[in-house]
Amino acid sequence: MKTALTALLSHWRRHPVQLATLLVGLSLATALWSAVQAINSEARTSYARAAATLGQDQLSTLLRKDGSRFDQKIYVALRRAGWLVSPVLEGDKRFGEHRLRVFGIDPLTTPPQAQAVNIAASGALLEFISPPGVFYVSPETATKLAGQATPPLRAIDGIPSGVVITDIGQAQVLLGAPGQISRLLLWPEQPQRRAALSDIAPDLIERAPDETGDLARLTDSFHLNLTAFGFLAFAVGLFIVHSAVGLAFEQRRPMFRTLRALGVPARSLMGVVCLELLTFAVLAGMVGVALGYAIAAMLLPDVAATLRGLYGASVPGAIVVRPETWALGMAIAVFGTLISAAQGLFGVWRLPLLASAQPRAWAQASRQTIIWQLVAAAALLAAAAIIARYGSGLMAGFALLAALLLGAAMALPALLLAGLSAGGALSKSAIAQWFWADARQQLPGLSLALTAMLLALAANIGVGTMVSSFRQTFVGWIEQRLASELYIATRDDTEASAVRTWLASRSDAVLPIWNVDGEVEGMRTAIFGIADHATYRDKWPMLTASPNVWQVVASGDGALINEQLSRRKTLNVGDTITLPGGYKTRIAGVYSDYGNPNAQVIIGVDKLTELFPDVSRLRYAIRVSPEKAQDLAANLRSTFGIPEQNIIDQTTAKELSLQTFERTFKVTGALNVLTLAVAALAMFASLLTLAGMRLPQVAPVWAMGVTRRRLAVMELWRSFVLAILTAIAALPLGLGLAWILLAIVNVEAFGWRLPMYYFPAEWLRLAVLSILATALAAALPAWWLSRLAPSELLRVFANER
Amino acid sequence: MLLDVRQLKKSFATAEGPVHVLHGIDLNLDRGVSLALTGESGSGKSTLLYLVAGLDRPDTGEIYIDGNALMALDDTGLAALRRETVALVFQQYNLIPSLDVAANLAFHARLAGRNDPEWQRHLADRLGLAGILRRYPEQLSGGQQQRVAIGRALAARPRLILADEPTGNLDEATGDTVLALMLSLVSETGSALLMATHSQRLAGRLDRRLHLHAGRFEQ
Repeated sequence: MKTALTALLSHWRRHPVQLATLLVGLSLATALWSAVQAINSEARTSYARAAATLGQDQLSTLLRKDGSRFDQKIYVALRRAGWLVSPVLEGDKRFGEHRLRVFGIDPLTTPPQAQAVNIAASGALLEFISPPGVFYVSPETATKLAGQATPPLRAIDGIPSGVVITDIGQAQVLLGAPGQISRLLLWPEQPQRRAALSDIAPDLIERAPDETGDLARLTDSFHLNLTAFGFLAFAVGLFIVHSAVGLAFEQRRPMFRTLRALGVPARSLMGVVCLELLTFAVLAGMVGVALGYAIAAMLLPDVAATLRGLYGASVPGAIVVRPETWALGMAIAVFGTLISAAQGLFGVWRLPLLASAQPRAWAQASRQTIIWQLVAAAALLAAAAIIARYGSGLMAGFALLAALLLGAAMALPALLLAGLSAGGALSKSAIAQWFWADARQQLPGLSLALTAMLLALAANIGVGTMVSSFRQTFVGWIEQRLASELYIATRDDTEASAVRTWLASRSDAVLPIWNVDGEVEGMRTAIFGIADHATYRDKWPMLTASPNVWQVVASGDGALINEQLSRRKTLNVGDTITLPGGYKTRIAGVYSDYGNPNAQVIIGVDKLTELFPDVSRLRYAIRVSPEKAQDLAANLRSTFGIPEQNIIDQTTAKELSLQTFERTFKVTGALNVLTLAVAALAMFASLLTLAGMRLPQVAPVWAMGVTRRRLAVMELWRSFVLAILTAIAALPLGLGLAWILLAIVNVEAFGWRLPMYYFPAEWLRLAVLSILATALAAALPAWWLSRLAPSELLRVFANER
Repeated sequence: MLLDVRQLKKSFATAEGPVHVLHGIDLNLDRGVSLALTGESGSGKSTLLYLVAGLDRPDTGEIYIDGNALMALDDTGLAALRRETVALVFQQYNLIPSLDVAANLAFHARLAGRNDPEWQRHLADRLGLAGILRRYPEQLSGGQQQRVAIGRALAARPRLILADEPTGNLDEATGDTVLALMLSLVSETGSALLMATHSQRLAGRLDRRLHLHAGRFEQ
């Protein structure tokens, strides 16, 4: 066994580049997969923490059917009737640049399961309940709030990022909800004899604990997207491993045969080969997981920004090393190695002792294989067409993506073969004919790497088209949404009133941006009031609307809803919705609302104040001629002492929105580039592999008078041609991918559908990039060939010397 | 004189120091003449052929083909020599696997700019290849592959054919047939033939013979 292992390992000593290729490929594949897993794991831990805030995952709650706040008298009535309940007030509050979720609690009645920190026991009770109170926050949030005008901060591990826990009295002041509560936490043990809920609080319902949490559900599709990308990168990485392992098996075939002939049983030989592969898998796995953590740490801040921007989820920007991610990374490395080596292992198992060595048999593509691949491709593409026509939902979207990508991958060798045959048929000179025929013969050895390139390029085109379409739509949309010249957030009602009066003679219009939070159709919804003004009538990005939509909304007889609410609840113009408080209104229009994670409803501002008299009236949009905007902002600041960040001009607001947008897609962009890089590496590995095996094909041509330099140039050209053909095939595939992402996956994941735009210049750039990457990958083997000593080439002919 | 070799020396560097393969070889060959190089394994036959073909360079000495000194040629010049003046036939056939028999036959001639389909048809008939022109090398027997290799060399109408154990991989009967064909066609074209072989029997069928031993000719 040891002797056999020594003999097998001697191969790697003589082929260090091959060994490096194998280890690098496996490490990269594992790294990208582990990076995605580490990010997902970090985010899911945050969601779980958020779901566990105040024990929502363990405790039942009492709340209003529509989710709106209710009077704290109901709490008092329930306590008197024997109910063991504890009040919670919840709402969003902006502190400088940071919007936080504020939870107001009563520390004396909070059940133990809801105690993120045991205030009563910590001796801090008096400090907590006495003005100005304290804020319990995560260490990360404490850093963010440093320097803000807040009560004293207490940083506690275990509190979700972006959450503030404070006394309920303090929260009622902060959130402008005096005497109001959002829900009641139910102690697990309740007295047997207590009055029925319907007798004391008929408006309230009991809701069971939510173990998963809204965020986990909402972000599932995002993480699925990320996982899909990780898997694609992993699969592309495995092409490298397959190439290196395949070559090693082929080159060692005579050695396997000799060992078998010398009496090593097939079972032992398999064992030794598996041991060798597992050693490599463990080594590369460790490097890969470590590298994965580095990539994850690099990407996590952007992922956190994306999750915050798209879903309002707060995920800390730092990565934590978790044993399960290590274990999963190692397992995937071993699994990947065994999958990549399966063909070779099967070959060793079935190795006939006396068969003559058939070098490169693994690379010989028979006509039959190509036919089978074409049949499989046709079946997969037909399945894709059926799913596209009849499927619905996120899973159908992913099934469609998988069928399309796999089908295209299967069809690629046949397409390339057809392209190369056409080239051969059109060529005239002997050397050109040889060039095309030789490229055809190299195809089986390169097709895996070319498939990796096809998938990476298509993913780049697809995701790039999606992002660019999104950007184009978003830029147009933001022009419409941010039509006002200035946006101001006043600090209290007195200041708001004074500012309004001051602005009356100095601006063209002061438009309120007032909103309340509540539950509409079971979704957390922001309800805005809108003024009847040309700013909105002319520019609002409406997707569908009834005639006279603005008159209907202004008169209080209709509401606008955003696309997210429309799609998630299948609501359309003419349908009726119920606002918190039971007010029913008809939908008069649906508008696009990109980048917002939540549902939104807009009603007339008069109707808003009528329904919610306590609505906060602090924020306004100001219309003024653009050239006066800067002066007006400066005047406002100096007159009222309003902080810098509370007045934002249109340009800054747009810049901020676009910055958020760009950050949102930075992660997909980074993964895209990495996938393309791995594909280029796969190409390099394959070309290097082939270079070592090509001498028997190249040497006779050299011997007949074609210089090594010319042969090297032809090697480069061959790679160019194959890359160009692959790029041509990747274009329709990438566009199909973009369509699926825009029309199916994004609608499910984000709740909005975007128009698809075409960006030929971007495709050309990507094609050139991939061709250059291929050329770069081909450069070393070509250079090697051009510098090859004649004695090396002569070995092909030599019988003796 | 077509080929003139003077004081040719060649050694190879190894881990144990240089191995001297040829020790000052002198050789000449006229047009239309066939010469057999015999000798045991390692005597330097193949090395001499490769040097004459311009595939490798000697340490010292001169090689003239048609009066042109090979030592004066650069890589491009040597490639042109191999394309236009000499042709090689190898023991392992070394056909181009991606091209069919017809394309293999025509390949060297087309590189040399002497493509003559009529002549190739004649060669295919003489070599018994007419029925297998659309087959690929992997579909041929050893004897068939060697006949294609000989056809490829002759199709280019070279002035000098260099054959390295052309029948070494064939059984005796097939080897005899292939050699007879080659000699017949060589004399038909007026080319000179320099052939390395182990076999004294086959060497006896050529016009001249020289025996190499440890890098030197023996009488």
